[in-house]
Amino acid sequence: MSHATAPVGGRILTKPMLVLLGLFGLAAALLLWRFIQGLGAVTAMSDRYPWGLWIAYDVVTGTALACGGYALAILIYILNKGRFHPLIRSAILTSALGYTLGGFSVIVDLGRFWNVWKVPTLFWKWNFSSILLEVALCIMAYMFVLWIELAPAFLEGAKAAGNPKLRRLAEKTLGPLEKAMPFIVALGLLLPTMHQSSLGSLMMLAGQKVHPLWQTPLLPLLFLISCICMGYGVVVLESALSSTYFGLPRETPLLRRLGRVVAPLLGLYLVLRLGDLAIHGKLGLIFTSGFFSVLFLAEMALFVTPIVMFYTEAKPKLGQLFRGAMMIVLAGALYRFSTFLVAFRPSKGWVYFPSVGETLITVGLIAGEIAAYIFVVKKFPILQSRPRRATVRRLGADVIDRLPIPSTAPASGD
Amino acid sequence: MSLSRRSLLKGLATAGAGIAGLPAAGQAKELKRRPDDAVGLLYDATKCIGCKACMTACREANGLTAAERDGKWYDPQSLSGNAKNVISFYRGPKGEESFMKMQCMHCVDPACVSVCMLGALKKGDKGIVTYDADACVGCRYCQVACPFNVPAFEWGKATPKIVKCELCRDRLAQGKIPACAEVCPRHAVIFGSYTELLEEAHRRLATEPKRYVPKVYGEKDGGGTQVLYLTAAGIPFEKLGLPALGEKSVPSLPETIQHTIYKGFLAPVVLYGALGAVIFRNRRKSAAGGEEGDA
Repeated sequence: MSHATAPVGGRILTKPMLVLLGLFGLAAALLLWRFIQGLGAVTAMSDRYPWGLWIAYDVVTGTALACGGYALAILIYILNKGRFHPLIRSAILTSALGYTLGGFSVIVDLGRFWNVWKVPTLFWKWNFSSILLEVALCIMAYMFVLWIELAPAFLEGAKAAGNPKLRRLAEKTLGPLEKAMPFIVALGLLLPTMHQSSLGSLMMLAGQKVHPLWQTPLLPLLFLISCICMGYGVVVLESALSSTYFGLPRETPLLRRLGRVVAPLLGLYLVLRLGDLAIHGKLGLIFTSGFFSVLFLAEMALFVTPIVMFYTEAKPKLGQLFRGAMMIVLAGALYRFSTFLVAFRPSKGWVYFPSVGETLITVGLIAGEIAAYIFVVKKFPILQSRPRRATVRRLGADVIDRLPIPSTAPASGD
Repeated sequence: MSLSRRSLLKGLATAGAGIAGLPAAGQAKELKRRPDDAVGLLYDATKCIGCKACMTACREANGLTAAERDGKWYDPQSLSGNAKNVISFYRGPKGEESFMKMQCMHCVDPACVSVCMLGALKKGDKGIVTYDADACVGCRYCQVACPFNVPAFEWGKATPKIVKCELCRDRLAQGKIPACAEVCPRHAVIFGSYTELLEEAHRRLATEPKRYVPKVYGEKDGGGTQVLYLTAAGIPFEKLGLPALGEKSVPSLPETIQHTIYKGFLAPVVLYGALGAVIFRNRRKSAAGGEEGDA
C-alpha cells in the first residue's frame, strides 16, 4: 500500500527555521531557570491553580491536536476508506511530534520529575483508582506506538541513503515491521480511545470546583468525540499548510470528504452536550451564568459553525475548508481550556493567568515541534510527492484547486 | 515474525486478567466506612479566640518556618507550603464573626488518595491520610481533586514536596497528641478517637442547641471526614470555607464510571482484539483487489 511519498528536500536552515530555533532556545533558557528555582519562579500556578497552561495546552489540548493519526486510522483501517491513505504519514508525524511535546511538557511540569521513572516501572505501587495513572501509562505507550508507526518512513529514508550498513539494516527491518503493523495499528487505535477519554474523566474528580455547565459524567465521551473531530481538523490544516508552504499539490477533494466525515461527529457532540444538560436540568444555566454563559455560547458557536459550513457548501474551496477546520480545532481547544482552567474555580479570590515565562516556554516548545516537522518532511518520505512544484508556484491557489486531481490514488509517476 | 494473532490475543488476555486481579478496588464502589480505630479532631468555632497558638505549635512540630514577606513576619492566610494549619477570621454582612481552623480533613474516602498515581498519599494507620514523598512525582492532581483545597505545594523549591497535615503522626507514635490540640488554651480543638469526638459534638449540640448550627460538619459531608466542625448559630459552614458536598464522596462517581468501563480490563482487551480482527480483514480485502468502500 505504498503511496508515493518523497522527501520535500531543500535547505534546512532557512530564515523561518532560524526564528523557530530562536524561540526554542529562549524556552530552553527559561526551562533551565525553572529547574534551578522551582515552578513558582517561572509560572503563575498556585495552590488553587496547580495545573496551568502546560497541562491545559501542552498536554490536554496538544495531544488532542495530535489525534490526526488516530482519527485517520479509524477511517482507513477500521472503516476501510483506503482513499485517505495519502494523508496518513504526515498525520502520524504530527501526532508523534505532538505527543512527544506533551510528554516533554509533563516532565517539565512535574514537581518531582526525577521520580517519573517509577510510574511505568514500580507496578506494585500502581493505584488502580488513579485515572491519571491510566492516562500516563497510555500516553507513554502511545508515544512508542506512534514512532514505530512512523519508523517505515525513516527506514525508507535510510534505504535511500548512501550508507550500505544502514541500508541493509533498513531492508531487514522493513519486512517484519510491515507484517507486525496491524498489531501496532490496533494498539494505536486502542490507546488514544482509552487516554483521550480519560483525560476528560480527570476533571470529574475536581467535582464542584468545575462549573456545572462543564462538570458532567459524560466528560470522557465528550473528550473522546471532540478529540477525533480535532484530529480531522488538524489533518486538514496540516495538509493545506504544507501544500502551500512547500508548493506541493493540494489534496482538496480528500479534505472535502473529511469535512463530510467530521460534520456528523460535531453534531453528535452537540446532541450529547446539550442533551446531558437537559437531562440534568441545567439548560437554564446556559443563560444565567454570566461570564460562563458567554464562554459556553462561544463554544457552541464554534462547534455549530463548521457543521453549517460543511453542509451548506457543496464544494468548499481549500480556504473554506481551512477556516472550517480551524474552527473545529478552536472549538475543541476552547472546550478543553474551559474544563481545565476557565471553568475551574476552586475558591473565591483566586485567579490564574499564565505568566510570560510559562507562555514563552509553551511557545518555544511548539516552535521546536514545527521545526522538527519541517526537518523531517524535508529529509524523509512523509508527504505526497508530485514533481509539479514549479507549476504550483506559477499558478494561483484557486487554479490548483480546480485542477482535476483524482480522488483516490495519487496521480504520481511511481 | 512468528507471533500469530491468536497467541498475541491470548497473551494479552492473560496479561489483562493478571492486571485485573491485582486491584481490590476493581469492583463498583460502595460508601466507605471509617476504620474502627479512626482518630481525628473536633474544632468548635464558638470556643476559638483566634490566638493562633496552634499555628505556631504546628510550625514547630512540623519543622516549618514562619512566612516572611517584605522583611516582615506574618501569619499565612491560607494553607501553603509552610502552613499545615491556619486560623482565619470571618465577618459576615450582619457583623457576625467567627474564627475558622483549616487543616487536612482526613476524609474517609479521600479524593487525593483516589487520584494519586503511586499511592504517595495513602489512608494510613487510624485513618490518617499520610504522604510519602518517595512515591510522589509532583503532578499535583491531589490539589486539583481535594474538595477542601488542602494539599499545598512548595512552589519556590527545586525539589518540592506536597505539604499537608498528617495529624502529627510522628508525635502520635511517641504517645503525644497533635500539636494544635495540645496547645489550644480554650480546647477549641480537641483530639481523640472519631467515635468519642462525634459523641462529644452531638452532646454539645443537644445541651446548647441555640449556640450552634444544628449539624456536625464532617459526619457525613463528602462521604465523611475524620475532622469534625461545630460553628456558631447563624454562620453557615459554607461561609467558613467548608463546601456543601452532599453525602457521597468526591471519588465515588468517577471511580464507579471508570471501574465499570475498565472492569477486569476486559473491555480494552476485547476492543483490541476486535480492532485487530477488523484491520486484518480489511487488509486481506484490499490485498485481494477489492479496494475500499465508498465514503
